[in-house]
Amino acid sequence: MTLTDYLYYVILPVLAFSVLLIVYRFIKGPSIADKIIALDVLITTGIGIIGVYSIIHGKSTFLDTAMILALIAFLSTVAFSYYLEKRNRKK
Amino acid sequence: MSSVIIVILVTLGTLFVLLSAIGLVRMPDTYMRISVNTKAATLGVGLILVGTAVFFNDVSTTSRSLVIILFVFLTAPVSAHLIGRASYFMGVKLWKGSIMDDLRGKYQKNSYILKSETDETPENNVDHTKMKDK
Repeated sequence: MTLTDYLYYVILPVLAFSVLLIVYRFIKGPSIADKIIALDVLITTGIGIIGVYSIIHGKSTFLDTAMILALIAFLSTVAFSYYLEKRNRKK
Repeated sequence: MSSVIIVILVTLGTLFVLLSAIGLVRMPDTYMRISVNTKAATLGVGLILVGTAVFFNDVSTTSRSLVIILFVFLTAPVSAHLIGRASYFMGVKLWKGSIMDDLRGKYQKNSYILKSETDETPENNVDHTKMKDK
């Protein structure tokens, strides 16, 4: 079993299964904070999947996408929590 | 030889990501979910990216992965703190099995000022025992 086969048939299904679990929490989440956390972890897992894909295909340019995704994840969490606090303060 | 190192690093990282996903589903409380995901998912993604750096074995890719790891490690605690603070003000309840709430009665409800002592006018403070369920 080569490295590519191992990554393709073992690692990626496990990562996809964890994405499914996170999506379950994203849909169910009792409060809106849970949904925001699930979104953050979803993007973090996406960075991991992009890293594994860049090993499989041998192309390092995929890592630029991962960098931009990390930036967007941080920015979206900050914006969501800022507006949640602000909405709460008005009442 | 390097492929053995890559397999070990990527497998460990994937296990951490899977454990954080299981924790996200199984934990009873928003604050515990924040705590699980800040640590486990960040460590898992960091290990996978170190595996990428070992695979390409090249200065440009290694610096790229190191920058991503540094950025994720710096921003994960900040965003966890922000979302935890916002959910505390929103009135997301702690799990009923939690034994203490250190912030109880110390945040002002309107100005969001944190005091180190419990105040004499408790009607102005954020108190989860008096808030309705969200």
